[in-house]
This record gives sequence, structure tokens and C-alpha cells, in this order.
Amino acid sequence: MDFSRRDTLALGLGAAALTMLPFRVNAAADDAIAAFTGGASVEDGGIDLGAPEIAENGNTVPIDVSAPGATAILLLAAGNPTPGVATYNFGELAGTQAASTRIRLAGTQDVVAIAKMSDGSFKRAAKTVKVTIGGCGG
Amino acid sequence: MISRRDFLQVSMAASALYGASGFGNWGRLAAQQRLTQDELLQFDAFGNVTLIHVTDIHAQLKPIYFREPEINLGVGDAFGHVPHITGADFRKLYGVADGSPSHYALTYNDFTSLAQTYGRVGGLDRVATVINSIRAERPDALLLDGGDTWHGSYTCYHTEGQDMVNVMNALKPDAMTFHWEFTLGSARVQEIVENLPFAALGQNIFDAEWDEPTDLFPPYKMFERSGTKIAVIGQAFPYMPIANPRWMFPEYSFGIRDERMQEMVDEVRSMGAEVVVVLSHNGFDVDKKMAGRVSGIDVILSGHTHDALPEPVLVGETIIVASGSNGKFVSRVDLDVRDGRMMGFKHKLIPIFSDVITPDADVAKLIDEQRAPYESQLSEIIGQTDSLLYRRGNFNGTWDDLICDALIEERDADISMSPGVRWGPSILPGQDITREDIWNVTSMTYGAAYRTEMTGEFIHVILEDVALFNTDPYYQQGGDMVRIGGMGYRIDISKPQGSRISEMTLLKTGEMIDPAKTYMVAGWASVNEGTEGPQIWDVVESYIRKKGTVTVSPNNSVKVVGA
Repeated sequence: MDFSRRDTLALGLGAAALTMLPFRVNAAADDAIAAFTGGASVEDGGIDLGAPEIAENGNTVPIDVSAPGATAILLLAAGNPTPGVATYNFGELAGTQAASTRIRLAGTQDVVAIAKMSDGSFKRAAKTVKVTIGGCGG
Repeated sequence: MISRRDFLQVSMAASALYGASGFGNWGRLAAQQRLTQDELLQFDAFGNVTLIHVTDIHAQLKPIYFREPEINLGVGDAFGHVPHITGADFRKLYGVADGSPSHYALTYNDFTSLAQTYGRVGGLDRVATVINSIRAERPDALLLDGGDTWHGSYTCYHTEGQDMVNVMNALKPDAMTFHWEFTLGSARVQEIVENLPFAALGQNIFDAEWDEPTDLFPPYKMFERSGTKIAVIGQAFPYMPIANPRWMFPEYSFGIRDERMQEMVDEVRSMGAEVVVVLSHNGFDVDKKMAGRVSGIDVILSGHTHDALPEPVLVGETIIVASGSNGKFVSRVDLDVRDGRMMGFKHKLIPIFSDVITPDADVAKLIDEQRAPYESQLSEIIGQTDSLLYRRGNFNGTWDDLICDALIEERDADISMSPGVRWGPSILPGQDITREDIWNVTSMTYGAAYRTEMTGEFIHVILEDVALFNTDPYYQQGGDMVRIGGMGYRIDISKPQGSRISEMTLLKTGEMIDPAKTYMVAGWASVNEGTEGPQIWDVVESYIRKKGTVTVSPNNSVKVVGA
């Protein structure tokens, strides 16, 4: 899905404060990914990312990630002023390589997860979450 | 060997032929003045399983007029496909003769004159007659209610849904799913559901705090009918906390959750289900997408978008059945289930012509009992209308324009906003407007009419945010365009969100809306907690009373392009 600048409008959920977030082509997110992968190439697939299509509440959006065989998973909210959400590290005794959390999203954006696999490769998944002021449902 | 696919296509063809001949007959029979109940109910029983589907009744106990939408735009893959085809194109697609009963039932054109010929539609006492007739032939038929049942009338509001619960219980449904029911508030919903004599289903109804399924709303129910195992999986309206006030049911979370839907289908199959039915309040486009992503569903009974389709739509090996709204239609779906799979189907969308179908006496009496305590309030005449009053679909209908005009005059505003809903019966020119009629198009538990200042920029943000024409159905969030009074605009639905709305004009001065300037906006149905103002039905009643006779002129202030 292509992003226009307007898509990143941060809509205050109470329809109150309204600010424009300039979308800097995910520069901070790209930096975080580069730091995590050390610049290695990243493939799509091999990691499941669960997120709602439309957030019921942008202040607490449930997200879950799962990547069998991963040693670490980096989770980013690409459109937030500070994209970093969490890095999960899995030891050898971890039963599953999965985690879930809730995150705050400033507006409609992609949530991105990068998994570092035990063989040193990197896997990627992303999902668009729409944050809306709501109303009008018939 | 004949594959299942061949069977489906053969029976689809058979069904299409059947439907076509059925439609032709209606027209001819009506011309001969003998449209009869037997003709409407005529159905050559097929296979070994029968489903009866009703949905989106919106608390309409009595027969009403209901004009089908005129504007129903599809974007992306949905463009040009049913249900995004209306009027003459729809009639041409299904071979419906102009002026025939099915023209009246299924399309909007010539509504006023056809309504005088064919009369009111719906009425749950007539629906009861149809259900009883199907059950007389197929005692094991499953009756499934797609939701939006306990909302939408004066009596439903004042009894907090109890009138609808009492009448629906008399029809003996086997399962139900939900949308507007939750706007009764979670405590009331829990109270009703705990005592419901049938299954309350929703695989996507979750506990908001723990993000886990709930005990009160199981994902599915297994039925064994005439030796056939039938699984019915519920799918509640996915966008409830977004489209309706989240604070009224804070314990619950929804969403599409199609991965869990797949798990549920696999689970019921592993338990021996021979046929899998999804009772859905997703809306048609979301159901279509879901049918393409979740494998193993045989039938989706589709609700929410109020589409009435005379034939099922086939996606892969899943059939999607859309059964209209406001008690106007009942769908009968017969399935041939053998060797653990659905081999074929036969379907009929039965229009409830209230003058043709005899009311069931017991249910008629029960309905009158629900209404009796409120009869004097319901029947009070507030005014008359010179114009046909209806809701039009994606954009303003004349009812919406009337409500928007009432908001501007009664609340002394520049601009008014009314929610993008499709429920609410129509009123013919020359008809009285009663208090019941006003409540039928305004009744809700968050009807306070707010009055607030907004900048031109913020009005633009709102219109862009609720312009729901996303090419991906999962991101459409389930409503229509907010209805606007006092302001014109241009919308290009082919553009991405954020750049669709332009040429916003204040109608009373003809000036362009200034982003920096502040305007007085009146509206209702805010999803925000603590919204203050008079109830919308009182605002509309006061306006109509002052006018005596209302006239709504055609609204050309919204220019739609890119469709």
C-alpha cells in the first residue's frame, strides 16, 4: 500500500488535537532496521505479524508476532515519531519464538516486524493499521 | 467422475434459471392481478438441508415502505459487480421486467407509483407465515438471524430491545449474530443474551482486556438435522468500536479476525461438520474478500450492507447470500449435503409483500401487545410530506436532507452532519409523518444533537476520514458517507484517502469553505462519550411540526466523480 503524506495525519481520537506529522520516508525506521540487520538483506515471509486492519483504539493496539526459529524479533511502528517498539530476544530454551504486546499508533501507518533467524538470515512482515476518528457506521 | 465444482456450477445454472423464471412469473401474474402467497412461496424442495436467513430487521415489526439504494458505489475489485449495481442496470442483469413486483422490491426507480400498486413490504407477522410455511415442508430448517435486530424503532428504544426479543423468540431462531444490539450497552446485551433461547454467536467477539474469546458469545454451534451435521459460525460486525460508541461496550473487541475464522472452520470440520455456514454481519464486500481467504466455508449468509440479491454470488466454492433489510425479504437456501460435502444448492429471495402474504395471527397479536402501551405516542401525526422520503445509500437521501435541514434551522447552524446509515423505512408523498416514522429513521441510544464550532480544515479532515471508499474492503470500516447539510463538496472516490474531497462550499453564501475560519456545525450520533444536546427525534419533530408539510428539493450539492 502506498502512503501519501496526508495518510499520516495524526487524528486525535477525541477529535481534539490535530497535528501534521511530516512523513520522512520512515528514515528513523530504516535506521533502526539497518542497525538490527547490520545492513544484511531482508526477505519477506517466515514471520507472522498479527494486527487489526483498523485500530479500535489507537492508544492501545494489540500486536502479535511469531517467527519459528528466530533468535530475535524487532518490532517497529514505522509512522510513529519514535518508531521503536521492542526487540524480543529468544534464548535456546525458549519454547516458542512469539510475543504479543499493545502499542500506541500516532495515525494510520505500517507496523513492521523483522526476525533474525538462527541461521543469520532476516525475515520481514508488515501490516497497515488504519487509525480513524470513527463514527457513521450503519 | 463429476467434481464438486461441476455440481456447484450446474446447480448455479439451475438456480439462475429458476430465479429468472420466478421473476418473469411475478411480472406476468401481477399484470393479471393475481400475485399470490403460493407463488411467492413456491419452491421445489432440494437436497436435505434448509437454511432460512433474515437480517438487518432494524426493529421493523410492522409493514413499511422501503426504497432500495440508488447510489451504491463499488471501488477496486468491487467496481461494476453486485451489489454495486442499482436501478435499470440491476433489472437488466437479473432479467427483471420494468414495472414488475421484483422491480418494485429490488430497485429504486418509479418507487412512488409502484408502491401504490404493490403496497407495503415486511412485517414480522408475514415473515412468520413464510417461516412456518418452509418449516411445514422442512421441519428441520435452520432459522438464522444476521443481527441489527434489536435496534431502530420507538418501541425498541423504550423497551431496550425487549419488544424485538419477544417477537423474535416467537419465530424460534436457531442462532444470531450482532451489530447495533451492542449500542444497548454491554450490561443490557449481557442480560438479554444470558436468557436467549438460541445461540448468540461471534467468533470475532473478544474480551477487550485480555484479547481472548468470550464465554457469552461462542464462535459456533453444531447442529444435527436429519442426520446431517451443520456448523454455523457467527461473525459479528467487525468495526463496532469504530463505527459505534466504544464506551457503550468497553469490555468487547471485534475485528475481522479471518485467521481465527479459518481455525474455526478447520475445527468444526475436524468435529465432523458436513456443511459449514457463516452467519455474518461483515457487509457484502468484506464477506466476498473473506470467502477468498478462508477455505472450507460452504455458505455465507451476509448482512450489514442491506443488499437484496436474487441469486447467490459464488466465490470459489462458497456461496454468498444477501437477504436485504427491514423485514422486506426472507432467503430460503436448500442444500444437497452428501458424503460429507455440499454438492449443490437452490435459493430463493422471497419478498414479503404485506398485502399478499397472510399475517400469522399469533405473531400479529404478539406484535400488537408490544406496541399497545405506546400506541398513542406512535400514531401521533406530526406533519405531512410532499416528497418521497428515503435513504439513498452511499450519500444523502431525502430523509437525510430533511434531518440536516432540521438541524440547521432548529440548532441555528451553518453546516449539519448526519450519520451514514442505510436503515429507516421510506415515506410516500402525501403521507402523514407520525412520531413512529421519525423514530424509525433516528432512533438510537446516542442520539444527542450536538452543536459545536469547527474550522474548515477540521471539517475537511472529518470528510476525508469517513470517506470509506477504500479499494481493500477490510479497510472500509462499514459505513456510508456522512450526510452533510448546508455545504456542498466534490468527492473523487478514485483518489486515495486524504485527497478525495475538494470544492467545499458553504451553500448559504456560495463561498468556498475557508480552512482557517470557524463554522457552527450541528450534528448527531457522535461516538464521543458525554455528547450534549437535545435528542435528534425531538429536533426533527419540532421542525416538521413548524413546517406542517415538508418539501425536500433534490440535493445536487455533492458531486461524485471517479465512480
